[in-house]
Amino acid sequence: MNDSLVNSRHSNSRLAFFHIDTPLLLGLLALVGYGLLVLYSASGQSERMVEAQIIRLGVAFAVMIGMAQISPLTIRRWSLPLFIVGTLLLVAVLLFGHIGKGAQRWLDLGFMKFQPSEIMKLAVPMAIAWFISSHNLPPKKRHLTIGFLMCMIPTLLIAKQPDLGTSILIAGAGIFVLFLAGMSWKLIGLIAALISAFAPVLWLFGMHDYQRRRVLTFINPESDPLGSGYHIIQSKIAIGSGGVDGKGWMQGTQSQLEFLPERHTDFIFSVLSEEFGLIGVLILLAIYLFIIGRGLLIASRAQDNYAKLVAGSFTLTFFVYVFVNIGMVSGLLPVVGVPLPLVSYGGTSMVTMMAAFGIIMSVSTHKRSMAKT
Amino acid sequence: MLRKRIAMQDVEAEARLFSQRALVAMLLVMLAFGVIIINMYHLQVESYQVYQTRSEGNRIKVVPLAPNRGLITDRNGILLAENRPVFSLELVPEQVEDMTATLAELASLISISEEQQQSFLKEVRQQRRFNSIALKEQLNDEEVAIIAVNQHRFPGVTVEARLSRHYPFGNLFTHALGYIGRINTNDLKRLEDNDQLANYAATRDIGKIGLERYYETELHGTMGYQEVEVNNRGRLIRVLRSVPAQSGKNIQLNLDVGLQLTAQQILLEKRGAIVAMDPRDGAVLAFYSNPSYDPNLFVHGISSSNYNELLNSPDRPLINRVTQGIYPPASTIKPHLALLGLETNTITPSTRIWDPGFFQLPGVEHRYRDWKRWGHGWVDVYSAIVESCDTFFYDMGVKLGIDRISDYMQKLGFGEKSGIDILEESNTNMPSRGWKRARHNQPWYHGDTVAVSIGQGYWTSSPMQLLTTTAVLLNDGLRPTPHMAKTLTNDAGSEQVSTALQPTVNVVNTRNWQVIRDAMLQTVNTPKGTAFNAFRNASYTSGGKTGTAQLVSIAQDAKYDANALDERLRDNAMYVGYAPAENPSIIIAVTVENIGGGGSTAAPIARQMLDYYFSAGVNNDE
Repeated sequence: MNDSLVNSRHSNSRLAFFHIDTPLLLGLLALVGYGLLVLYSASGQSERMVEAQIIRLGVAFAVMIGMAQISPLTIRRWSLPLFIVGTLLLVAVLLFGHIGKGAQRWLDLGFMKFQPSEIMKLAVPMAIAWFISSHNLPPKKRHLTIGFLMCMIPTLLIAKQPDLGTSILIAGAGIFVLFLAGMSWKLIGLIAALISAFAPVLWLFGMHDYQRRRVLTFINPESDPLGSGYHIIQSKIAIGSGGVDGKGWMQGTQSQLEFLPERHTDFIFSVLSEEFGLIGVLILLAIYLFIIGRGLLIASRAQDNYAKLVAGSFTLTFFVYVFVNIGMVSGLLPVVGVPLPLVSYGGTSMVTMMAAFGIIMSVSTHKRSMAKT
Repeated sequence: MLRKRIAMQDVEAEARLFSQRALVAMLLVMLAFGVIIINMYHLQVESYQVYQTRSEGNRIKVVPLAPNRGLITDRNGILLAENRPVFSLELVPEQVEDMTATLAELASLISISEEQQQSFLKEVRQQRRFNSIALKEQLNDEEVAIIAVNQHRFPGVTVEARLSRHYPFGNLFTHALGYIGRINTNDLKRLEDNDQLANYAATRDIGKIGLERYYETELHGTMGYQEVEVNNRGRLIRVLRSVPAQSGKNIQLNLDVGLQLTAQQILLEKRGAIVAMDPRDGAVLAFYSNPSYDPNLFVHGISSSNYNELLNSPDRPLINRVTQGIYPPASTIKPHLALLGLETNTITPSTRIWDPGFFQLPGVEHRYRDWKRWGHGWVDVYSAIVESCDTFFYDMGVKLGIDRISDYMQKLGFGEKSGIDILEESNTNMPSRGWKRARHNQPWYHGDTVAVSIGQGYWTSSPMQLLTTTAVLLNDGLRPTPHMAKTLTNDAGSEQVSTALQPTVNVVNTRNWQVIRDAMLQTVNTPKGTAFNAFRNASYTSGGKTGTAQLVSIAQDAKYDANALDERLRDNAMYVGYAPAENPSIIIAVTVENIGGGGSTAAPIARQMLDYYFSAGVNNDE
């Protein structure tokens, strides 16, 4: 009954033919539109940057639509091969990778530079979902252990590059699959305890100096106001000085006079907060909440476990992006270099993210055909 | 069937489980968003004021604007201290395409030393790229012209004009005006103590000595400022508000360029001081110490070789002899002592003593000699002053005793600072029993009193002090406080500098004033007077008193022979004079070091000064 209701609504939609989920698309378009508005201001009224971003968004939306056409069954078949290839590429990055900004993330293929960790953002949850869903739910301890290992291997490889932001996102994506699959609360508690026990070890042996500095800065940014604390102090000044209704579009002094660093990339949320105030922030959060809610709804309504797990994990990973980015620019979390999804200027992760939304749409619109199998 | 049903049940249970987990996830997401919103509320609503203030602090910088320093002119409005534009060659590195080539080309046009280039390049590395940096300072007119003609070839190269203090008369007014120089740590501390530091935010120079220092607050003016919006690199975006600086007050002095020039020309190579003022109000008309030096050397920072030369010169040009020259007053104070003698009835106008050419204390063999070896014969108070008889004063001084002398002379102003409007004034000494006990831990001897009676011994005075204490005699006991500044003027108006006359001694018999003034008149106007020759045929009447300060004691029965003495141990010549005799408008003190007699050397100098004073009509303006 439930299914028929959803299906009938989709069959009525013209977009359904292209396997597009209309509410999700509208949510994404609203987000992208709002984001471009902020970007124009944050880039210092650079039309060139806005154009580049529009082109990038166009490509990303094309990828999304493309992915939406592929049936979840096909996607499921790709899961393991993609995971294996991605893992091998990560090893290759560590061995031959290109060093940029002190971290090894890029693989130079000659004609283009390529970041294998982006593939893993999709491949890790897909592969774990494939593995878990091929057994009954809730998963048994044995399966959980394997799923957990599948998650940790690429996470550690990426953390080694080092790319703390991405490794957290990938670890999160994998663990979300296990969580959604029904991992027992007792085990969740155990893992949480293990992580907190592991944190000091990570601090001492697993982190680079610059990462440690970021954490220290996070704890007390005023200790080094001109050095590592500068970013977060200026960001909080931008946000706080925005007040309830903001300084007005293109009127933010922190951003327009360039006191705010990375204003059009990682710190674009601060620009939005400064210029549009608390009201602007609430609008943004409402759009994000709508997209996340829609994603989780699609996951719940999906017919097979693989589709549920993949769609749910992608949605929650999207949420992690939002939370980590806003948390870091507003001083709730250390600065780890995670962009504000679909708003921050720039690129690689945007395409990956839209591919994930394409898969979610595929899950949303291929139900009938799946039900038949 | 069974297996299939179990599978179907599994699917439903699994779907329920998933939905449950998805719901928990959604709740967690909403919880997380709640945390974000609470944090945003905290930042944007609760702490709005804090961040708003910090945001403004980031964006708005206050740029101080230095006020123009007040000008200083002489009594006729002739500029003595002015602000001249000086030109410097400056480059903005951001706008210069090829620094090496530009420097090379500039160096081919005007002379730029390797040292200048190196220090410039060092600055470039340290400063922000859009700041203008000086390559060469104090360009001459020709260099300014060359750069101006070729300017189009050098983007980012400019000739900047700044105001710099200049003293057009060079060394003529140095000891009066002083000079300004870069603010140093001592100056900063003084400014901080006076709560003036904020007002100097844009100021580079400060008055170091002389009038420039004394009237620093008035000359400096009030700083202005601009509130400007800047970006994160400090580059100016726009001016939000501007409060102009208020120029310092212009100061017109009582000094007269003509008198100063006359003084300088007379003294030439001689070491000494000439100071003149209006005895009626303390307005200082001339203030010159020789040798002098060029204050302009100090404005841009004096080189150490120049400075050492000044510091180590045996002529000691850095000493301001008018107020820091500490000399025995010698016979110039005889009128003052005579007044005390008359007032205490130690002598009367008709008291006469016999001067055999020396004085002896009762029961002591030692002879205190008169400057005239064979003696003056019978002398009274008039002839004792006119001929400057020492014996008369030895006798009277011993009768008076040091306590009365010291007390009375201090009241007249000896041993005290004159209070002139510069700070370079040394302490002088009016000795007393207590002073000698404290200073030398010795009792006071009669012999000490004998020396003090003719202005020698422990008694020291400065030319400035001689002037003010002698003015007391002309003003019936009122002592003027000398001041070089006449008016302070700014946009708000003009303000006269005037100082009150200080009451000094209570004279019982006012006729005594006339006695000593008559004696001083006779010094100049009777043939026996020590200053008669110097003022022969003067077109005005004047009075005065000569003095010859002995710097070494001459042995008993030995003869003073200037040629046999080292130059710096020879006598100082002094003269204090005033004119016109009735209602004097000028009083002048001349001190010349190591040159001989007051009557023969100092009095003629005073004559030349007074001649100029009357012929040029210096003080006729009121």
